[in-house]
Amino acid sequence: MNIVVAIKHIPSIADDLPVKGNNVDFDSVDFVLNEFDEQSIEQAVLVKEAVGGTVTVVGVDVIGELDNVLHLALAKGADKAVKITGDDPAADSHQQAKWLAEAIKGLSPNIVFAGVQASNDLDGQIGPMIAAYLDMPYIGGVSSVEVSDHTATVNKEFAGGFGAKYSVSLPMVVGVQAASKPPRYAPISKVRQVAQMATIEKVAPSGGVSSGLSFKKMAPPVVTGHAEMIGGSSKEVAAKIVELLKSKGLA
Amino acid sequence: MSNDVFVITEHMDGKFSDVSFEMVGKAKELTSAWGGQAVAVVVGGGAASNIFASDATIHVDDAALSQFNPEAYGKVIEALVKEKSPRLVMFGWTAMGMDIAAWLSARTGKPCVAYARDLCIENNALIVNSQVYGGKMIAEVAPEGDMVIVACLAGSFAVEAGQGSTAATQIASPVALVGLKTKFVEAIKPAGGDVDITAQAKLVSIGRGIGSKDNVELAEELAQKLGATVSSSRPVVDAGWLPRTRQVGKSGLKVKPKLYLMLGISGAPEHLEGMKSAELIIAVNTDKKAPIFNVAHYGATADLFEVAEAMLELL
Ligand SMILES: Cc1cc2nc3c(=O)[nH]c(=O)nc-3n(C[C@H](O)[C@H](O)[C@H](O)COP(=O)(O)OP(=O)(O)OC[C@H]3O[C@@H](n4cnc5c(N)ncnc54)[C@H](O)[C@@H]3O)c2cc1C
Ligand SMILES: Nc1ncnc2c1ncn2[C@@H]1O[C@H](COP(=O)(O)O)[C@@H](O)[C@H]1O
Repeated sequence: MNIVVAIKHIPSIADDLPVKGNNVDFDSVDFVLNEFDEQSIEQAVLVKEAVGGTVTVVGVDVIGELDNVLHLALAKGADKAVKITGDDPAADSHQQAKWLAEAIKGLSPNIVFAGVQASNDLDGQIGPMIAAYLDMPYIGGVSSVEVSDHTATVNKEFAGGFGAKYSVSLPMVVGVQAASKPPRYAPISKVRQVAQMATIEKVAPSGGVSSGLSFKKMAPPVVTGHAEMIGGSSKEVAAKIVELLKSKGLA
Repeated sequence: MSNDVFVITEHMDGKFSDVSFEMVGKAKELTSAWGGQAVAVVVGGGAASNIFASDATIHVDDAALSQFNPEAYGKVIEALVKEKSPRLVMFGWTAMGMDIAAWLSARTGKPCVAYARDLCIENNALIVNSQVYGGKMIAEVAPEGDMVIVACLAGSFAVEAGQGSTAATQIASPVALVGLKTKFVEAIKPAGGDVDITAQAKLVSIGRGIGSKDNVELAEELAQKLGATVSSSRPVVDAGWLPRTRQVGKSGLKVKPKLYLMLGISGAPEHLEGMKSAELIIAVNTDKKAPIFNVAHYGATADLFEVAEAMLELL
């Protein structure tokens, strides 16, 4: 079974996000693996462990530092890593989806995993776009995947614990919300070891499309309401919260 | 091209989601400026579709559409918009809309704006405000071309403006729904057997900031002292630190307690969907720019462990 996982390197939202021109200043933020890709790598490795095959991770190298997350994926059980040498942090989702679709086609996948979304999209998620470009069915919001023969059985979440089970004839693209088990941890020592041994295959970007969006501006939200901030040391904060709760009959 | 706005509505178990009405209301506002009709599109059976304030409602039903099926629904919507060429197609940025909006964009070559929380018309052109980076940034974008797809965050517009009684026109599927690769197998119901967080007056809600499973105990202790229950954001549940029944948000439960005390939750749009109407929201977070501070009533830039431990001593 050829299992392909698309992984994305995105600015960490735990950081300050300075703006340069009409976008986040990519030079002054840390890039991290999209949180849902961690889930989707795990789901892919679980499928491999259940039915056999190889897991190939693929990504667009938008800032020239994708190797770090590819190594992480290899340490977590992926077998092969491919990077598309995009090197354009401003490439929109449509463009990246097209590059990915072309690269993934070359890998003859039986099943493709993507994260359900990343927090930095503007023009929609890449998973369904890859599916459209590859003419494969897509289901997102998935929290478990089982594969047998040429069929995948996936659970999709709606809300409040409601969901639906679907069976899909492969190949398909799955948008992973959560793996069926919490992702395994790869110790740094293992990632370092992998980094020394691994070879990463490079693919040139191919195919051009545009999202048709033009940015007017990007800025932190204009604050209409703001919390009343409780200042002081942690002890003082705690005392004020307790006082507040008591005054409202909540403690 | 027409100046019509198509709203792709959503329903489950016979009930339309609020975001459907919200979008119909917004569509009417846009078409009153633009001309054209606000058209509610209902796909699938089992729901009374004459309840929108739209100018027209199109209801497509077929046995293959009786349950949500992203492939079948996508094909129907694609055929409809290709035939009718509306100027704008609105989806909810929901479990259903997220499967189709970007797919439709790639299929039609028309632009798509995700995470939309406002749309307006300036000089006859559409401008969309989109909330990205977990709510830390707002992008203002101008989509080009004669048809635009916009996926809207639930809770962005008023529900009432979209409620009405426009009679629906029933039509057969505009595309043959044969040879589908995706089959609906069965519905999944929520797991029972745990406290119902939607029925609690007080919640102590923990996020990724709690750091590890062992630390959950601290929140449990605090909750116990306050007569509250522990709930959480999604990552806490995905990590296996709390059961799914405790998750608040878009893919979790919607809560409206008297007290929502948040420890180490950033306030991503998906979390806010589940708790923003709580009566008293207090957030403790080390990041002074955490989006939650734009929503909470009271906030403190502080370490949750220090605050929780100090509160325990005082209670
Ligand atoms: C389709 C979809 C559905 C989703 N559904 C949901 C949902 O139902 N519910 C949900 O919650 N999320 C949902 N999400 C995920 C959502 O996008 C966010 O990833 C999630 O809400 C973030 O959770 P968090 O705030 O706990 O984590 P983070 O965003 O990582 O925030 C952790 C916060 O803790 C703070 N912190 C860290 N250490 C400390 C400390 N010692 N003291 C104080 N503060 C500290 C940090 O400053 C940070 O602000 C969904 C996502 C998708 C794509
Ligand atoms: N540049 C990229 N390289 C590889 N995969 C990507 C890239 N961008 C998006 N993806 C995939 O698409 C998923 C959703 O991301 P997004 O479409 O940006 O919301 C991610 O979790 C990845 O699986």
